[in-house]
Amino acid sequence: MSLFSNTGVLLSKELRTEFRSRELLTTTVVFILVVLILFSFAISPTTEESREFGPGLLWLAILFAASLMLQPCFLREQNNDTLSSLRLAVSDPFSIFLAKLVANTLFLLLTELIMLPFFAIFYNVPVLPELHWLILVLFLGSLGISVAGTALSAISAQARMRELLLPLLLLPLLTPVLVVSATVTVSLFEREPIVKGKGIAFLAVFDIVFLTALWLFGEYLLEE
Amino acid sequence: MTKRIIFGGVAILLVIAAAYASFFIAPEERTMGLIQRIFYFHVASAWSGFTAFFLCFMGNLLYVWKRDQRYDWLAVSGAEVGLAFTTVVLITGPIWAHPVWGIWWTWDARLTSTFVLWLLYVSYLLLRTLIDEPDRRALLSSLFGIFAFLDVPLVFGAIRWWRTQHPQPVIMGGQGSGLDPTMKAVFFFSALAMHVFMLFLVAERYALEKMQTEADFLARELEAQ
Amino acid sequence: MAPFILSPTGLRFEGIDKRYGGLFALRRVTFEISAGEYAVLAGRNGSGKTTLLRIAGQLVRPTAGKLSFPGSTADFAGNPRPGYVGHSTMVYDELTAEENLLLFARLQKVESPVARAEDLLREVGLYERRASLVRTFSRGMRQRIAIARALIHRPSVLLLDEPATGLDPLGITWLANSLRELNRAGCTIVMSLHGESEISSLATRAVRLDAGNVIADTKTGASLHDILAFGAA
Repeated sequence: MSLFSNTGVLLSKELRTEFRSRELLTTTVVFILVVLILFSFAISPTTEESREFGPGLLWLAILFAASLMLQPCFLREQNNDTLSSLRLAVSDPFSIFLAKLVANTLFLLLTELIMLPFFAIFYNVPVLPELHWLILVLFLGSLGISVAGTALSAISAQARMRELLLPLLLLPLLTPVLVVSATVTVSLFEREPIVKGKGIAFLAVFDIVFLTALWLFGEYLLEE
Repeated sequence: MTKRIIFGGVAILLVIAAAYASFFIAPEERTMGLIQRIFYFHVASAWSGFTAFFLCFMGNLLYVWKRDQRYDWLAVSGAEVGLAFTTVVLITGPIWAHPVWGIWWTWDARLTSTFVLWLLYVSYLLLRTLIDEPDRRALLSSLFGIFAFLDVPLVFGAIRWWRTQHPQPVIMGGQGSGLDPTMKAVFFFSALAMHVFMLFLVAERYALEKMQTEADFLARELEAQ
Repeated sequence: MAPFILSPTGLRFEGIDKRYGGLFALRRVTFEISAGEYAVLAGRNGSGKTTLLRIAGQLVRPTAGKLSFPGSTADFAGNPRPGYVGHSTMVYDELTAEENLLLFARLQKVESPVARAEDLLREVGLYERRASLVRTFSRGMRQRIAIARALIHRPSVLLLDEPATGLDPLGITWLANSLRELNRAGCTIVMSLHGESEISSLATRAVRLDAGNVIADTKTGASLHDILAFGAA
């Protein structure tokens, strides 16, 4: 189907551009690292507290990092008006969004996986036993962040003060993702790890709702 | 003009009547005493605010579909009035909590969700101030408004689930938990009064936006010459 | 430069209005460019030329009126896609010339995209620099890659918005020659300009816009020279 083949072509363009410079990835990894370290200076948690608060802080750091990482998403396309050439070339404007949100999810996930060992060490969190569940939660949460972030980045790119605007629009919108992801993650690290099925299902619902909204309204986001 | 005055008059009278009913007609609550009466304003404001945000959402959808600027006027009016009522909710919550619990804030599910709702619509209004061209402003804020409104049930759902994991004191007890019949009547009357007042404010704000847009248009026509 | 265009296509504007927040950028613009014409849109800055071209390119939706392409057999997705060359290159600085053309060829389902990209690169004289990032290109080279991108899908109509801006005389000559060849092969050319030059001398049709209105048209008797030199501002 045309949508998927266009998305594939655009996705490879997004990945190629990023892996050529690796700017976004490196800055995002460093940012999360710095935030996590600063959190522990500010709170000075005990070992027990680390385990309890760590996941929440991790997700907070991910959210902050994402709101910075997602800014260039559509801003880049303003440089040489490449957004216009994309709009002219694709049959379904949703493919532009789909490619970007898949790329953003991959970048976020990659950043998180790189961060995981540091997080486990600094916050004394036993990451290995429930690793598969953890990766699932990271994936669903990152997907939610990317879908909302990609959509809002298209909006903020067209307004003034766009650097401050994106976090301002995005963070309140992502409250459900923060709250649920953090709670589910904490439960995975408890003495008796529990898998919060409801929480995971909720994240999936969030992702589906916003993906659908983006599919329905995406073309208007790109209008001139 | 007379219609507006009558509408306004009726709205204000209803609110005064509701206030009277809250203080003098509703029976005193057993445990909390006088402060409990704030419940009538608090919950009525919450519902009215929510309806106002729903009007904003309708304006957003209709604007994206029809591109008639009047829908944008409706949207901004709904958002601002909704925000005003939501602010009342966020203020009356702690006013209740302090004498009863001795603390100003608990991360109670409904209050927290209302706070996020408040932030979302503040962002909506802020976004509007950052886009100068009226058609772009209407379109982009409508799209954000749609995403924000779709987020609202997710926010309330997520926070409620979060609170079941970590229970905290609940402001004003469970909703409608054992309200006696007179209290129920006063409550529904307050809700009605607040809604009428809310609709009056939305209509006024709409008229203001209409005048502002027309004035701006004239100003720009003059400049172009 | 281009193979013979299979379905010569024209461009028709009927009652096109474009309003931005109450102010009209275009008002009741109505005219038709026949298939195979080489048309020039003249007008001062702010007269609406760019807006009209972007509407023709289907990047902007008109507030009212109808746009059509008489003679077109829809290229793909049921939509005739004109080629569009704007003020910016509309290609990615961080990709090479080849990567850019391949990207747009694949998106538009061009047959044998690799061969097509190579052919175009040769035609615009960028084959030697095909593996260089567009970021390293000079102004003239950027214009050439922009045109290559616009032509990748063999459009029957080519829209250009002030394409000679910033080009040196050699660049302008190259552009004029390329456009002449394309037009001879059957491509309809619609280009906005602000004054007379080597490029405008090839025009078979000219329309002048002022404050969003059509004020002169060679079809209704005005001379090409008059339209281009009007006001000279």
